[in-house]
Amino acid sequence: MTPDAKPFVARVLVYPRAEVLDPQGRAIEGALERIGFDGVQRIRAGKSFEVALRAASSTEASEAVDRMCRQLLANPIVEDYSVEWIRA
Amino acid sequence: MDPGVKCGIVVFPGSNCDHDVYHVLGHVLEQETLFLWHQKTSLEGCELIVLPGGFSYGDYLRAGSMAAHSPIMAAVRRHAEAGGRVLGICNGFQMLLEAGLLPGAMRRNRDLRFLSVDVHLRVERDDLVYCSGYRRGEVLRMPIAHAEGNYVDTDEALDDLERSGQVVFRYVDSEGNLASGANLNGSKRSIAGVCSAEGNVLGLMPHPERCAEDLLGNGDGLALLAGAVQAGGGAELTAAVGG
Repeated sequence: MTPDAKPFVARVLVYPRAEVLDPQGRAIEGALERIGFDGVQRIRAGKSFEVALRAASSTEASEAVDRMCRQLLANPIVEDYSVEWIRA
Repeated sequence: MDPGVKCGIVVFPGSNCDHDVYHVLGHVLEQETLFLWHQKTSLEGCELIVLPGGFSYGDYLRAGSMAAHSPIMAAVRRHAEAGGRVLGICNGFQMLLEAGLLPGAMRRNRDLRFLSVDVHLRVERDDLVYCSGYRRGEVLRMPIAHAEGNYVDTDEALDDLERSGQVVFRYVDSEGNLASGANLNGSKRSIAGVCSAEGNVLGLMPHPERCAEDLLGNGDGLALLAGAVQAGGGAELTAAVGG
């Protein structure tokens, strides 16, 4: 890491892929319906992670977070991920 | 007397079936068996590596996902890639999926419940060392105990898996027929266990080590572990020594 590395903060969102059955989302959908919320079309239950890191540039930070997602934070067989930057 | 193989059971923080497997391999089958702490980087010459059941790392993130990156897993990967035997049971199966040593992934059980119950399995392959004590089509009874055993993959990947004969066990009814009522966790195509293309890596959700003695009411799992410790039994073994 270079000494002039700058702080970045990313928010990673991980959701079950659309074609994968999401039992948690389905259960929450059912519960919302039971307590009277009509018109709920779909719930996907996912996870979010806040990743604070230091990197030399925004490109480097973004590549690092992408690798984290592919290697650990998401399982690409059943989950999709997206990254938002809180501190870019 | 079968000389057998040296067995290593990897212990992760949160493993809880390690001693059950040790009992069957070490005491019932009388094999040289040792525990391998997950921080180790060597398999100490073990030829059969067992990743046992439990809740490694509290099942944080996804079941098996942290354990899949433990220090010892690099050695397990080399062992598997060299043709060595690796058996993942329950949480161990989840680790093999997360580590990419077996295809597919796990989701929460269809009905979101932790399932602890006996199920029936149909043996789909009898040409693997692990299944040498079974006949193809034979129906076994084994316990399951998991919350994330709902096996999934894309339809194309599942077609490939079937074509290459990597489905080893399926959930069935007591007659050996596929039935949605027998597939309690909702696994795609009722898949309970799969192997690598070469057949040396096997993962399954049911617990053979919990049904390996008639004295305890069910001995159906013993043949699987007895097969796993058979000496020789294919080219895969010779390549594995020292992995």
